[in-house]
Amino acid sequence: MAVRRDKDGAPGYALTTLESLIAWGRKYSLYPFTFATACCGIEVMGAFGTHYDLSRFGAEVVRFSPRQADVLLVAGTINYKMAPVLKRIYDQMLEPKWVISMGACACSGGFYNNYTVLQGIDKILPVDVYIPGCPPNPEGIIDAVVRIQKIIETGAPRAAERWPIK
Amino acid sequence: MSVVLDRLRERFPADVVSTHSDFGDDTALVRRERIVEILTFLRDDPEMLFDFAMDLTGVDYLGEEPRFEVVYHLYSLEKKRRVRIKVRLHEADPVIDTAVPVWPGINWYEREAWDMYGIVFHGHPNLKRILLYEAFEGHPLRKDYPKAKRQPTIGPEE
Repeated sequence: MAVRRDKDGAPGYALTTLESLIAWGRKYSLYPFTFATACCGIEVMGAFGTHYDLSRFGAEVVRFSPRQADVLLVAGTINYKMAPVLKRIYDQMLEPKWVISMGACACSGGFYNNYTVLQGIDKILPVDVYIPGCPPNPEGIIDAVVRIQKIIETGAPRAAERWPIK
Repeated sequence: MSVVLDRLRERFPADVVSTHSDFGDDTALVRRERIVEILTFLRDDPEMLFDFAMDLTGVDYLGEEPRFEVVYHLYSLEKKRRVRIKVRLHEADPVIDTAVPVWPGINWYEREAWDMYGIVFHGHPNLKRILLYEAFEGHPLRKDYPKAKRQPTIGPEE
């Protein structure tokens, strides 16, 4: 972005690209879809609450309809029976969309190394940002949202564009 | 010995394999051939009146033969008594007659035992998996089920 100035030093007009203008708009209007299946969901509520206030980052409006959301925040254990439901919700979300995998269970199955739990949601959908920890604290969620904003701002490829990983 | 077990042995001398009342818990190990008759007797006999089937589950004694065991936990609301009925089943033929005609509420317990142990309940009205999904391979509570086995992921249902 370049700012042109007049002879007396007053700013005249700014030059930018349409892409960066759209990215700027997207960056501060993320609509998270909270897919909370377990204890991580409580941490998400904490992050949206008054103390941590995720609204400061423009991720204010939580949508419980996939048709109005662009960030899928998977918080909690996903087992084999829940996997098709999650996949359907992801498929119904509008492009462009991003996925945050929150906590040890969603990232890798966590300590549920057993016959029912999906060993990481990246088996079924492309994940942009992983939040480690069990449970991660609300700062982790804020960090993930800021990282998603960085991806949008820099125009870096989304995980969905590199999917499926061969 | 207890009233319940005495009556049971008296009524089905050929079918009761053994009984005990350790810690006051009446338990009878019976043969599977006349299990429905035995359960119906326990429900209907005026001295028994076990009208409440509290639980049914399976046990896997891996390495023993017969390998599987089906356990019925019965309670009498009238007499305030409990009894446990156990049946051993061979691995090659883990089949037993269903108890749904005796207590309709035992339906889901039998489906769970089928789901987790692969015990077949002959004559069950709807014997299909209840906790897991149809594409699941194997019976996970069997002791020889591999712990690290991964299951097929299923797509969204159409």
